[in-house]
Amino acid sequence: MYEFFTVLLPKYLPFLLEGALVTLQISVLSMTGALIIGMGVALGRLSGIQPVNWTLAAYVEIWRNVPLIVQLMVIYFTLPEIGIRLPGFWAGTLGLSLNLGAYLSEVFRSAIISIDAGQREAGKSIGMSQIMTYRRIILPQALRIAVPTVGGYFIALLKDSSLVSFIAVNELLRNGTILIANTFQTMQIYMMVAMIYFALSFIASRVVHSIERALTPKHLRHKRGLPKSLSGEVAAS
Amino acid sequence: MTGQPLLRIEELHKSFGALNVLKGVSLSVRLGEVAFLIGPSGSGKSTLVRCINFLETPTAGTIKFEGETLCGMRNGAFYVAPEKKLRAARSHMPMVFQQFNLFAHKTVLQNVIEGPIQIKGSRREEAIADAMRLLGDVGLREKVDYYPDQLSGGQKQRVAIARALAMHPKVILFDEPTSALDPELVTGILDTIRGLANKGMTLIIVTHEMGFARKLADVVHFMADGHIIESGPPDQIFDRPESPRLSSFIRSILR
Repeated sequence: MYEFFTVLLPKYLPFLLEGALVTLQISVLSMTGALIIGMGVALGRLSGIQPVNWTLAAYVEIWRNVPLIVQLMVIYFTLPEIGIRLPGFWAGTLGLSLNLGAYLSEVFRSAIISIDAGQREAGKSIGMSQIMTYRRIILPQALRIAVPTVGGYFIALLKDSSLVSFIAVNELLRNGTILIANTFQTMQIYMMVAMIYFALSFIASRVVHSIERALTPKHLRHKRGLPKSLSGEVAAS
Repeated sequence: MTGQPLLRIEELHKSFGALNVLKGVSLSVRLGEVAFLIGPSGSGKSTLVRCINFLETPTAGTIKFEGETLCGMRNGAFYVAPEKKLRAARSHMPMVFQQFNLFAHKTVLQNVIEGPIQIKGSRREEAIADAMRLLGDVGLREKVDYYPDQLSGGQKQRVAIARALAMHPKVILFDEPTSALDPELVTGILDTIRGLANKGMTLIIVTHEMGFARKLADVVHFMADGHIIESGPPDQIFDRPESPRLSSFIRSILR
């Protein structure tokens, strides 16, 4: 155990951290793509145009019902067949974006639906356009509702991105397996990989939590128990 | 009290699928008039006010607001004005809802300045000064930084009224403004509405508060089954109803 910290860790950590940086890059890029896809699909499905709704619903169902690893393989190996050569990193980013986009579209869609129709009507009744009502009234509230779930998906993505090691992206897990192939220090290196994944996820979850807090109005922030505003004392004044 | 015709509705129809809710309603409202719509549930009162500012699109008939045709017959076909024109008209006739419908993520002040800044392009400082004055008028000056979920129903409804007033509208539409309130809070809202009427504001009010209608109305329209059955000054409607339908309605609410 002593050797693990004094010899192995200093020796292998830099190479593993290089991989962790790629993991972080591919996760952030995929998350960005997924947020754009997810919001676009959610708004498209709520547009009231049936063919658009059906097409997007088909996308969501297909991408949610095929294993992610299969999706990555299909993208990586079929795109070259139709003349698009993407390096593993970008094929992986595309695959993860499309996959997570399908999930996030449902998160956004349900968050938007949860904002009661009365507020839409109130916006409309003072002369707001539909776009303005979405931008000023619906989306700020829907996004606040969606943040914890989206954050949870980001943390899952940090870990799921390890699947792109199968399409030759030198991220954290693949760098680990490369080290193992060369050193046969299987247990020790997987341990280090696990520690780095944990650290990444843990930091990410703290960041998500603080974003959540920043987006919550002050009177609803509370450490534990019921928010003060629900106790009736304020409302009665 | 009398003045120019502000709003003119002729033979208005509205159906939801096979359900005909409005079956040819005609009505006009003059500037400064306080008009009440009363009648049994399901008679079409709410649908009528919702059609007036096009939260619902009528299926046939004419609506003219300040002489502008918002919907009507044109070249033998039913015509609805383009959305842009409807939006402009709506900003002059905001609605106060039964369920308040305040913007939940905005403070009281932000709720009130949203329309002036976003729709009318008012400068922020002016919008705030105006909102503070309006919120003072409805007795909520101390609550400007509160969020809707920190307010009682009566306070919420007063914010909603201030939000409507901030548009400096030509008319305010009230869709059962006291129906969701606890009984002890109703009076406060009715007093606020009475204050508007006394200032000469044009109001169209759907309500079940008959005593209130009787005291405040210039004109009361009694609706049943998608028609206006009888219209007139409150003493005529409540004391000398002509139609049997209205007579039985008056008897039923007097109990």
